[in-house]
Order: sequence, then structure tokens, then C-alpha cells
Amino acid sequence: MTSSELALKIRKHALEMTHLGQSSHVASILSMADILAVLYGQVLEKRPKEPKWPKRDRFILSKGHAGAGVYAALAETGYFPPEDLKNYYSNGSKFSGHISHIGIPGVELSTGSLGHGLSVGAGMAFAARLDSKKHRHFVLMSDGECDEGSNWEAILFASHHKLSNLIAIIDYNKIQSLDTVGKTLNLEPFVDKWRAFGWNTTEVDGHDHEALVQGLEIDPVKNIQPSCIIAHTTKGKGVSFMENSVLWHYRSPQGEEYENAMNELNQS
Amino acid sequence: MRDHFVEALYKVANLDQNVLLMTGDLGFGVLSKFSKKFSSQYLNVGIAEQNMAGLATGMALEGKTVFIYSIANFPTLRCLEQIRNDICYHKANVKIVAIGCGLSYGALGISHHATEDMAIMRSLPEMTVVAPGDTVEAAAATYAVYEKPGPSYLRLGRGGEPKVHEKGISFEIGKAIRLFEGNDILLISTGGILKNVVEARKLLCQKGFSVALYSMHTLKPFDRVAVEEAAQRVPLIVTIEEHSITGGLGSAVSEVLAELSGKKTRLKRLGLGSGFSSIVGDQEYLRNIYGLSVHKIVEAVEEAYQAQV
Repeated sequence: MTSSELALKIRKHALEMTHLGQSSHVASILSMADILAVLYGQVLEKRPKEPKWPKRDRFILSKGHAGAGVYAALAETGYFPPEDLKNYYSNGSKFSGHISHIGIPGVELSTGSLGHGLSVGAGMAFAARLDSKKHRHFVLMSDGECDEGSNWEAILFASHHKLSNLIAIIDYNKIQSLDTVGKTLNLEPFVDKWRAFGWNTTEVDGHDHEALVQGLEIDPVKNIQPSCIIAHTTKGKGVSFMENSVLWHYRSPQGEEYENAMNELNQS
Repeated sequence: MRDHFVEALYKVANLDQNVLLMTGDLGFGVLSKFSKKFSSQYLNVGIAEQNMAGLATGMALEGKTVFIYSIANFPTLRCLEQIRNDICYHKANVKIVAIGCGLSYGALGISHHATEDMAIMRSLPEMTVVAPGDTVEAAAATYAVYEKPGPSYLRLGRGGEPKVHEKGISFEIGKAIRLFEGNDILLISTGGILKNVVEARKLLCQKGFSVALYSMHTLKPFDRVAVEEAAQRVPLIVTIEEHSITGGLGSAVSEVLAELSGKKTRLKRLGLGSGFSSIVGDQEYLRNIYGLSVHKIVEAVEEAYQAQV
């Protein structure tokens, strides 16, 4: 399966899961679907049948509200059967709306409250370096999440300790829960901030798979600093009426809207 | 207690290279021996407790046993959500160590009074809560939380506390140390107030009471059996804690008694009320104001005993 095919599968699963579960955050998942597809399709060193393989790259979804996207990526890359995704958000299920690790192979960390993932990723990266291990640690964060002060503690720490095996990816779709990032709590000049904090920072088109692969193939041995990939994305990417719309952070796809969205994805 | 903790951890770290100590830029002079000897097992993460709790989780998930060290409310309340979601939900092998609890730092003001910490930590799933009564218990508790997998909270005093246990103790998480048995009154103490409770017991015995005394060093898991057994034979149980009487030891004992049928006991809780202490004073000064000096404890116990007859 190519990463483009995987991205489409993640999008379709996300749409169906949030439809069946009558749950929120479909646009947040569509926004990062290409990043996930490139990670799980090409970049991450992994063994789906041996999810705790010590040499695996670690992936943390810090924007835990988009957990359905990771569940879908794991299912489509062999961690568990894709049929299991139908239980998402339902009574008695282990697949909660915000990502949970319990009983789900491949999930490294449960998140849901924003501003937690980067610190934990930095801790893992620090421990790996102590033990001379070569694997990498990817933490996918939202832009709105960068409002949380705890991230900036972790950003200082990772830079101070030159955690070159830590890679933060920002899904920079520029829309948060109630409004745009610019109108809520402006992050700009965002790239300059990360660079000023000592991170090796690059900007990529977060829907261009080649650019993402290039940005994400980080060699922790050659690098001397932690890396930040600011991925410019479109919230709701792939469904025209969801794109760049604040509404679809919370709205669940139902009825005709669900049908239209699925048709668009099928025709893409 | 602080120094006995550090000494015990020194021994643990010497035997186990996977033990790490992180501090939130506190422990001046106290941690220098450890940091020099174990430079790759020690880390000052700066004044950033939320990050420290997250880092500890990440390290623990990679196989480390991580002690995080700070004072008063900084390693608990400041990073409470990281403790709940990251440390506890992931059953991470992280030991949270708070120095200067209760009114240890009395004159520093309310920011440094850790007086609700046990209530809050006790309510968290997966968390073990240990508040040693003296230096001997502090060292034993350090080994015990190291041995027990998963999250623990170790609530300590500062330096310079007296030793209460003259003989060796048998320290087991979740099991009270029964220092004395008696028929009229059971005093149950948690944390560094133990010394005052021992003194108060002596005076009560001189007044003719038969007084039992337990050091309830673990609040979670709680030694229900010790309380249930006493409730069948002692007419008065008094809990003493340098902590709010809401949610701490007094509450834990109340919870056991409330669900117990056929009890023959009454409970009196001694500790801090619901207000802040804006009064300036050292630990013993403030203990006296809030009814936790030796003589105030004796008075309160006598009064409670008279009231129940």
C-alpha cells in the first residue's frame, strides 16, 4: 500500500468512525491523515506483530482528540484487524475518543489533555540516549496545543539536553476549537520561536508526501539538536465543505453530509 | 527525614543503575553527594514540574525507576494532571517525593504549606501514598516504594527531625506499625507529627489512661484491618495528622468506621481545619496554634474521652 492509499484509508475510516460513533474531531483527523500515512507507511521503524519491539521508533499522538486517525493507521498497517475500528466510541469499547493505550497494540501513550505528549516523548528520548539506543521519538502535536505552557517547558528541556532523537511535528492547520489560531492566541512568528528555543526547525506542506518524507527522515546521529517539523495543513483536508471550517472541529458527520463526504473521498 | 531518604536512595541507586533522581531545582546541598556519585542517574530539570512529571513517565515507560523530588506542593499540585493521566494511567514506575510537608516550612507562608496533598494524592487510582513518621520510617519507606512497582507518593518532612523508633521496625506498605496497645484510647498518627503523638501518649498514660498508638505511615492502600480490630475493643480512636482533616488520615479512618457494623468506638479527628494559615511561625509554633502540640493533643484527647463517657 502506498502512503497515498494509506492516507485515503485513514480518512475514510475517520469519517465512518466519527459517523458511527456520532463523535467530534473529524476535521482534526483529516488534517493530519497525510502525516500519519507517511509515518506509518514509510518513516517509522516498526514491527506490527511485535508492537513492543525494543528498537521500534516511538510515536506519540499528543493531540489525543484525533485518536481515531491513529487507530485507523494501526489497523491498516497490521497491528489489529480493521473490523475492530467499528467499536470506536461505542459502549464497552476500548477505543475511546481520546487515544488510549490499554488493550490497543501500537499505542505508546494515552493522551487527551493537551500539552502532555512532548514531555513524555522527551523523557523517552532521554532514557534512550542513556541506554545508547538509536531509535527515534516522534510527537505529533496540534497548533492550538502550543497554547499550553507545559510544552514550552519540554521545548526548553529538549534543546538544553540536545535530544536529537526527538522530533516534534506540528499539524499547523491554523484553526483551533472555537476560532482561528490567529484570533485566539497567535503563535506567529511560530518558526522563529522554535528556532529561538534551539530546535532544528523546517516547514513543509503537510499534505505533500514527498516533502513530509524528506522532512521526517531525521538521523539522530547526524543531528545535534531536537527537530521540529512545522507541517502546514488544511483542517478537514479532503472533504471540501469541511476544509478550513471551525464548525467541523466538533460537528459529527451524519445524514447527507456523511454521504457527500464519503462520496468525495471515494472520488478522490 | 530528607537526609534519610537521600541516604537510602543513594544505596538503592548504587545497586540499580536504572534508578534515576530528578529534581525541580530544589535540594540545595542535600543532593550534591548523590549528584556527584551518580552523575548519569541525576538530573536537575529546572523549575518545571509539569515537564518533570511527563519526563519521568517517559523514562519509566522505557524501564527506569524514577524518583522526582521537590518541596511542599510543587511535585504534586503543580503537576497534578500529569500525575493522573501520565503517571497513574500508565502505571509508570515513578516515585514522587515531597519534602517539607505539613507545616514544616511554616514561616515561608501558605504556598509552602502542604496541607491537602495526601487527600488529593489518595484519591488518584494506582497511587500509593506513604507518609513516614520519623527518620527510621523514612529510610524504610524509600526502600519500600522502590520495591513496589508503579506510582508512589512519598510525603516527607524536612531535615533534623528526631528519631522516634529506637528499635528496628518492620515496615510494610499498607500495614500500620503498632507501637503500643491499650484499652481506653487508640491514637493513630501519620507523618512527622508522630513524635508529638508519642509524647502526648506518655502524658496520657501518666494520667491513668491505657493508650494504644499506631503509626499509619501508609494512607493508600489503607490498613483497614487495624482500624476494624480496634473499633471492636477501644472506646475512642483519635487521628492526628499535620494535614487538613478533610481527605487525609481522619477521613480514611472515618470511611472504614462508617461502613463497619457493631462498632464500639467513637472517632475524633485532630488536624488542620479548612482555612489557610496566614499566621507566620515556625513548625512547632503553628502546630500549637492548630492544636497539634503535645499539650494541645493531650487536652483534645481528654476532652473527647470525657465527652463520650
